[in-house]
Amino acid sequence: MIELENVTIRSGAFALTNVSAVVPQGDYAVLMGGTGQGKTTIVEALCGLRPIVSGCIRLDGAEVTRWKPADRSIGYVPQDLALFPTMTVREHLEFALRLRRASRALLRERVAELADVLGIGALLDRRMRGLSGGEAQRVALGRALSFRPRVLLLDEPLNALDESTRDRLCELLRTVQKTQGLTTLHITHSRTEARLLADRLLVLVDGRLQERPTTDLSSLSQIAPETVASATGPYLESIRILALP
Amino acid sequence: MNDASAATSAAAPQARHKAGSDFPFLVALGGIGGSYILLIVLMLVADLAFTSPSHFKQALQKPEIQYALRLTLVTCTISALLSLAVAVPLSYLMSRFAFRGRWLLETAIDIPIVLPPLVIGLSLLILFHLPVGGTNLEQQIEHLFGMRVTYAPPAVVLAQFSVACAFAVQTMRVTFDQIDTRAEQVALTLGCRRSQAFFHVVLPQAWRGMIAALTIAWARSLGEFGPILVFAGATRMRTEVLSTTVFLELSVGQLEAAVAVSLLMVVAAIAVLGVVRLLGTRVAT
Repeated sequence: MIELENVTIRSGAFALTNVSAVVPQGDYAVLMGGTGQGKTTIVEALCGLRPIVSGCIRLDGAEVTRWKPADRSIGYVPQDLALFPTMTVREHLEFALRLRRASRALLRERVAELADVLGIGALLDRRMRGLSGGEAQRVALGRALSFRPRVLLLDEPLNALDESTRDRLCELLRTVQKTQGLTTLHITHSRTEARLLADRLLVLVDGRLQERPTTDLSSLSQIAPETVASATGPYLESIRILALP
Repeated sequence: MNDASAATSAAAPQARHKAGSDFPFLVALGGIGGSYILLIVLMLVADLAFTSPSHFKQALQKPEIQYALRLTLVTCTISALLSLAVAVPLSYLMSRFAFRGRWLLETAIDIPIVLPPLVIGLSLLILFHLPVGGTNLEQQIEHLFGMRVTYAPPAVVLAQFSVACAFAVQTMRVTFDQIDTRAEQVALTLGCRRSQAFFHVVLPQAWRGMIAALTIAWARSLGEFGPILVFAGATRMRTEVLSTTVFLELSVGQLEAAVAVSLLMVVAAIAVLGVVRLLGTRVAT
């Protein structure tokens, strides 16, 4: 379970004030909201990577507000993935387990299991350079899941993927989350992703975090515009003008 | 319709436009840049033309010069390693932590770079001999460790280190600034202490920078002259390094020996540069 209670986060001129939300145990919540609303800020605060000014963060009932990131047991997949460039795929999957002094047998077993579920068995000895977007996403996901965290936080994990890869990864996320009963918070701009994944829908608009029924997804265009569409809109317009005979 | 005709008339001159040749620009770049390369090459060629293998052999057979060569290699290596050992933690701190007064620290680190080297030597000399409560630093160190610093080999290392370290810090600072902090942050969420994130995630990415910092520190130490002369003196068979040899030989009119030793320094510098480059590319791939 993820609980945010009256959380205030400030970073320079940007501030989120009195944000509250609950994601019940085992639910898949999707967090939407326009660019620059502070979705990533919320996730970073949950991870403990960004200090909060006031309020309270609870994970599975335990108050973790002042805990170090290392102690929170959160699986985090950041937007830029932030893979370790000097490590192989296998080393990524083993990283968190080695920190927990896992036995060699456990390492082998867990890596095999993750590689099988994520379909990255053939990549285990590869380094990060040369992995495709979808492969890199799966490695980042495997690294986050490896130590069986209590919650999973995904920051736009499926951006910049082609549609078929995205659909496959959505299915994978859903399977992993269901089989492990993992409470998940997933940030996205894409209504398609939200429709495929969400048990719950959280929307961040003008600094307020609200829960909406997932049926709202069809009428959400004003609240959470698809950034791709808004970014390419003017661009398409300029192409149209230039292309005139 | 109006839009369309405007677009057509704007596009028309572009169709006729020809950019012309890039040749004069490239020749100018090559000419200006090449003149500097030519200067370097001509200097070395002149040195080579001036000296002869017999001069070289004569110089190398002098026990004083042999001693200076050994002392140079040892002191440069020690001060380069010391510089790296200090530069890594210092520049990591400055790169990752925003704290009050950081700009002051940054300015302080740049002082050895902008200060005339001679002044650094003089300042070291003053530091070690400033009377404080009836004693001074030199006496205290001699008392504690039974070793002299001023006018002794440790002064050579300290004089080299004082300048070389600033350059190593600069190099490492750029290295750490270029390494994305996100991977470290993810490592923290995976269960790392800061030290573990540093050793497992950051440092393996900093290899190239560390090798560059080591090279720069070594080369600076090799070229150090002013501070060594002031703080360590130029006693033959004691504190004489190759740069002092050149000066000593010149001052007694032994131009041939001075040039031979200079060439020895060129060879040493190129060798270290080559080895480090090789090591660097091997580590990187």
